[in-house]
Amino acid sequence: MMQSNLLTIIANKLRGVGHRMIERTWRLGVGARLFGLAIVYSGESFKRFNLTLREIYFTGVMSLLIIVVSAFFVGMVLALQGYNTLQKYGSSEAIGVLVALALVRELGPVVTALLFAGRAGTAITAEIGLMKATEQLSAMEMMAVNPIARVIAPRFWAGVISMPILATIFSMVGILGGYLVAVPLIGVDDGAFWSQMQANVDFRLDIVNGLIKSLVFGVACTMIALFEGFDAPPTAEGVSRATTRTVVISSLTVLALDFVLTSFMMVV
Amino acid sequence: MTTNIVEIDQLSFGYKGRLLHQGINMVFPRGKVVAIMGGSGSGKTTLLRLIGGQIKPSKGEVRVAGEVVHQQDRDGIYKLRRKMGMLFQHGALFTDLSVFDNVAFPMRELTDLPESMIRDLVLMKLNAVGLRGAHQFMPTELSGGMARRVALARAIALDPEIIMYDEPFAGLDPISMGVICGLIRSLNDALGATSIIVSHDVKETFLIADYVYFVADGVVAAEGTPNDLMQSTLPFVHQFVHGEKDGPVPFHYPAANYQSELLSQQVD
Amino acid sequence: MSVDRTTIDLWVGVFVALGFAALLGLAMKVGNLTSSKIGATYSVTAAFENVGSLKPNAPVKSAGVVVGRVDNIVFNGANYEAVVTIKIDKRYAFPTDTFANIYTAGLLGEQYVGLEAGGDEVVLKNGDKIAKTQDAIVLEKMISQFLFSKASETDAKSATTPASPVAADSALNNNLKGAKSTELGDPPF
Repeated sequence: MMQSNLLTIIANKLRGVGHRMIERTWRLGVGARLFGLAIVYSGESFKRFNLTLREIYFTGVMSLLIIVVSAFFVGMVLALQGYNTLQKYGSSEAIGVLVALALVRELGPVVTALLFAGRAGTAITAEIGLMKATEQLSAMEMMAVNPIARVIAPRFWAGVISMPILATIFSMVGILGGYLVAVPLIGVDDGAFWSQMQANVDFRLDIVNGLIKSLVFGVACTMIALFEGFDAPPTAEGVSRATTRTVVISSLTVLALDFVLTSFMMVV
Repeated sequence: MTTNIVEIDQLSFGYKGRLLHQGINMVFPRGKVVAIMGGSGSGKTTLLRLIGGQIKPSKGEVRVAGEVVHQQDRDGIYKLRRKMGMLFQHGALFTDLSVFDNVAFPMRELTDLPESMIRDLVLMKLNAVGLRGAHQFMPTELSGGMARRVALARAIALDPEIIMYDEPFAGLDPISMGVICGLIRSLNDALGATSIIVSHDVKETFLIADYVYFVADGVVAAEGTPNDLMQSTLPFVHQFVHGEKDGPVPFHYPAANYQSELLSQQVD
Repeated sequence: MSVDRTTIDLWVGVFVALGFAALLGLAMKVGNLTSSKIGATYSVTAAFENVGSLKPNAPVKSAGVVVGRVDNIVFNGANYEAVVTIKIDKRYAFPTDTFANIYTAGLLGEQYVGLEAGGDEVVLKNGDKIAKTQDAIVLEKMISQFLFSKASETDAKSATTPASPVAADSALNNNLKGAKSTELGDPPF
């Protein structure tokens, strides 16, 4: 009697795990399908590029302020902390290298992607979710206008285009922030700061790889935001939950992808 | 060309094992205003979506202008939808576009008309619903009745042959209701279109409809001209038309015996 | 929400321009795109007994100025040597008796190839081999030899038997100067 009870409990738990697993996989499939359709129907977002431009304005330009301000502070903190450690080894000139490599390789793409998910990703999810909840997508479909071509694809490309630009600006502004702390404030030699940096930052291995990372993050973050909005239950609660999920899933995906990409780039 | 622009033949539709419609037959003759009435949750809106090809029937078929909707590919369905205009329950205006741009949307998306001609057409459509003066407003700045009229102007933007109204009177004040009511009839006659109204507002619907179908329990429970139905002795129609509290549609949702449920210890 | 079309165009233009400016800044000011862009090059090889931790793409410097990059490093199984291919900027010609050293930038820095020009009239051409090379200094080896010589020095003092310190010293010297260079003449320092 006891044993059969225990068995049912275990079976129920397993069923729960299986159910969730199937649901997740199913959602992944739906997301992949949306991704595929967004690519297939993206012709219009290039033919009528002003649709995409408009979305670049809302995702890219609108994120500019938060990106620039955060980058500035991140760069300054990096320089301060780096100086603290480096001066113990008498190599405070290497501070430029430290700031530049940290920003170009990791912090630029990753922090930009995290901020992007919070600033632009949530906006995309909420907008699409509300368009769905208020039947705007349905209305579009009934007008014989494909919502994937008209709504999803331009936002997708806008995100993919904006992210590397934002990450590049982040890295550059961060380095300027680091420069401000290192050179005028701490008194590291101006020439050494830049020349050490130039000697140790490789264009192909560091800068281009950083750009590749941010491009991949751009695809992931935008697609997650679009999918969560598109898939949100058409209620106030559904949209708010989807918005939260966008931030959580995007952040985790970016961090996991970063590890994978970094390990691939190390091998090469 | 048949005289019936839309024909619903032995239509069954259901999802997740629950059948919503079980063998519905309806015809919508050209030039007429036909209403589909029924209680909440009787699947009236679903019928509109079936006509628009947004969902596929489980059994039977819907023919629009002689073509079976669910056998069309995407292009075919889009071609059929260009003959249709639909007014959604809450208007479904695009919240990021102005009133003018909302009405211009189908013209810009689906035609190659020059912008000057679009301007004239949009102002004509807005004039028809009495809102030419409000063309620069954003949808959020409109009252519910005005938003509904703008949505109506958008629905008739491309002079459709079929205009579908999903609960056009829901949530409006009596004046707006009267305005919409008059517009539906006058636009139908002016455009020579066929109107399909889904509603549960008996007074307004009976005022403008040429023919009325009553849907209950997944079948057409009654049909006829408004006059016939007012005289109908069918218990369900009588209850609905006269708004009686109890009748064939019971006040109570099916439940266990009241007394025994109160006496038992738990709710299951 | 409604934004003018021209405003959008302007801002997106600014945005993209900023992005390009940042990329240009990264490439020119931060990265080594300017210095690694050597343009046309010619390749020469040099064999070392030990390249230490020299890596492909390490700089090749002469008089402290970058004149080229290490292209690749392969192991020659026939005589157990490392063959380093380096690419040198076409603008710079070096005599055939140029000396190739592996140096370390600072105490713990990266390793690079240093070229010291000889006096020969004939210059190196594409595919030539630099004959005179000096290996990388392996720190552990140096330290152990230093300690060994110190130990034998103290041994010599207590036992008053000469001979061994000289041997140890010359071994250290040989290692520092590079054994291969001796047969080709004086090292240029």
